[in-house]
Amino acid sequence: MTQHNRAKSDVFVPSGQIQFGVFFQGVNSGTIWKAAESGSQTDFESFRRIAQTAERGLFAAFFLGEGLRLREHLGRPHALDVVGRPDAQTMLAALASVTTNIGLVATQNTTYNDPADLAHRLASLDLISGGRAAWNIVTTDNAWTGANFRRGGYLDHADRYKHAEAFVETAKRIWDSWETPDGPARRVVHQGQHYTVDVTPRLPRSAQYRPVLFQAGDSPEGRNFAARQADVIFSAHPKFDDAVEFRKDLVERSLAAGRGANAVQIMPASEFILAPTAAEAAEKKEWVRSLQIGPQQAIAYLEQFWGRELSSYDPDGPLPEIDPVVEETSETRGSGFHGAKARQLADQWRAEAKDKGLSIRQFVTSRTARVDSTFTGSYVEVADQLAEFARVGAVDGFNISPWLIPSGLDDIVNHLVPELQERGVYPTEYRGNTLWENLGLETPVRSSDAAAEAVRA
Amino acid sequence: MSSTRQGGFLALELDGAGWDGAHLTRAVLAAESAGFHAATFTDAPAPGRANALQRAAFAGPATRTIALVPEVDTVYTEPFHISTQLASLDYVSGGRAGWIVTAAESPEAAAAVGRPSVTGAALGQEAAASIEVSRRLWDSWEDDAVIRDVATGRYIDVDKLHYVDFDTAVDFETRADFAGAGYSVQGPSIIPRPLQGQLPVLAPACLLGEVPADAVDAVLVSAPAAELLAAEVRDVRSRVAAGVAVVAELDVVLDSRGQAAAGRVAGFGSGRANYAGSAAGLTDFLTELLEEADGVRLHPASLFVDLEELGRLVLPELRRRGVLRPLVQDGTFRDLLGLSRPVSRYATAASNAAAPAGAGK
Repeated sequence: MTQHNRAKSDVFVPSGQIQFGVFFQGVNSGTIWKAAESGSQTDFESFRRIAQTAERGLFAAFFLGEGLRLREHLGRPHALDVVGRPDAQTMLAALASVTTNIGLVATQNTTYNDPADLAHRLASLDLISGGRAAWNIVTTDNAWTGANFRRGGYLDHADRYKHAEAFVETAKRIWDSWETPDGPARRVVHQGQHYTVDVTPRLPRSAQYRPVLFQAGDSPEGRNFAARQADVIFSAHPKFDDAVEFRKDLVERSLAAGRGANAVQIMPASEFILAPTAAEAAEKKEWVRSLQIGPQQAIAYLEQFWGRELSSYDPDGPLPEIDPVVEETSETRGSGFHGAKARQLADQWRAEAKDKGLSIRQFVTSRTARVDSTFTGSYVEVADQLAEFARVGAVDGFNISPWLIPSGLDDIVNHLVPELQERGVYPTEYRGNTLWENLGLETPVRSSDAAAEAVRA
Repeated sequence: MSSTRQGGFLALELDGAGWDGAHLTRAVLAAESAGFHAATFTDAPAPGRANALQRAAFAGPATRTIALVPEVDTVYTEPFHISTQLASLDYVSGGRAGWIVTAAESPEAAAAVGRPSVTGAALGQEAAASIEVSRRLWDSWEDDAVIRDVATGRYIDVDKLHYVDFDTAVDFETRADFAGAGYSVQGPSIIPRPLQGQLPVLAPACLLGEVPADAVDAVLVSAPAAELLAAEVRDVRSRVAAGVAVVAELDVVLDSRGQAAAGRVAGFGSGRANYAGSAAGLTDFLTELLEEADGVRLHPASLFVDLEELGRLVLPELRRRGVLRPLVQDGTFRDLLGLSRPVSRYATAASNAAAPAGAGK
């Protein structure tokens, strides 16, 4: 078995290191498809190139998202952004055979999977990859997504985390069920409100014991869930002061959950726009934003909140004077939007755009681009910034969403990584073959010892 | 029909390679260089067995010509997941993916996901429903749906995406007795149309009936003994359309390394026909069997031991006799089966329809 060196401690100790992950997003509005160098979003070669470039740059992990239903816009599939992506675990299994050290992280939903089936599949990926698998735990609760699944939309919003936690506990018990690497396996039984599981697990522990768990929720419930269950939290507090606050909060929650102060690592999603000089980087940023939010994307963004067609408006003119059509709002039109607030929101936005003198396009760009999570600058500047994050332990790393596929990591790996290595804040080789080792995670606690009584939902 | 065929094909079951990446790579490369046309991956619950589809996906980038065909259960897995996973396998293998449809009759599989056990005719109905949903989802993006039109800002042409609108209550209305829990799938798929358009679908002959013969591209035929296999193949062929391939299932244990086959394995107990003996005897047996069957799937008693004998003695001789169809570098699994690439079922409907597809889901 792999030796995990870090012992549980009540005092947070910064590692002084930055790790990188790469998030190949698939369906999204941030990946530029209009540039000449934009490649395929589905061909295996795109995935291979990103994964192998990341591995050359000693990235800890390669992430994939999960698709369960196509996004819609005004009742039809959304036409403007990148859409369509392979199944995460299938793609990662293929990438396992063309990579050797990088972690392989599958975003998988707890609502439209069965715990025993998902745990088995993740264990398969973990074994096939030699202990490099991870699960990015996400939850969904809407019937619209459920329309593609036997289970349908059966889950109340309030139950979401309760359900997810019981799911994760069950998965952990399945992975823990082999007493020794040779077995035998103990039967795992769970009887709950949402599902019943009675299974004798089939697969032994991997070289890293079990898949690493990532979690992205940021609400208080989400943070507590992460503090109890996750190994790495993957939510967006990339600005320095925010990041420091978030670290403090998470350390407290981890200790309250009976875990060590360093038990949960932080790896926020981020975007890098880099060049040899600051001026070139700023110019590049303008170019990136203009391709991310073209005229049609700007109008479509407003349509999503207005609930009506706005194509007669000039994207370079002011925000529409007409009001949103509240009664046509629906969950298919983006998260965080509620019909009753549409009018209020429109008034607020019009005032803000007018104040700042922004056109529709400029306003939408200011709203949608990863404003808070973008590092723009010269390689040297950004390396200095990241070194400061590492020094105080504000984060353990960054999960980079490249805005170009498949060449989007080239400048990071070729220029930023060496700068970081020179500053002593980035690995110069992989620590080991497993993701667990490469992240430097603490030894996992066997769920059967700690949490048998906690399974309740 | 056998007179017009250009030789049969051979598939090798690779379950014996286990879950270790290095062993898997070694096994699938050995099978490919031995000249097998297809590798299959079993997936019934058994200790130590990793997910079949992932093993097939792992083998994808390592290989060039061999078709990769996992078993995937239709009873206790979500049809939407099955469809997107298989489509993804087609992408990572460059169009060499297929699907052996299984319908798990095991109470253990039911208990694992907390569902009532499915038995009898309902197994075939679940399989038929999953095949239908998957096929519709594979067609739900027309081939040219991704347009990347910079002028209009459109990445996709929405008119070329389709809601599959599958509902067991409606699609199986002639069978009011659909025994599984009813469900519906809306679509479209989350992934563009697979490289092959439609993956070849293989099903065991025991599911025919509930699974319509025109829903599958190949049928896997078992018999209790080797000498009954050819007759069973003829019987199944009489029940399926001319374009459907008939594939015989055969357990194999060969004399090897100075040890007689009989001494290596006491008994299979798989329920399949088995051949135990010399490589020369197997070569003769396969030559005759491939007169009747379009292909044979071999289940070796010991993967690496028997594969060595097969690759050294059996396949070269079969090829010399002209019994095997030629391997096609960078070909698809459909190419191997002699199937053309189909147009999406929604393509014509969409170009003729006045109303936008999918409006009012």
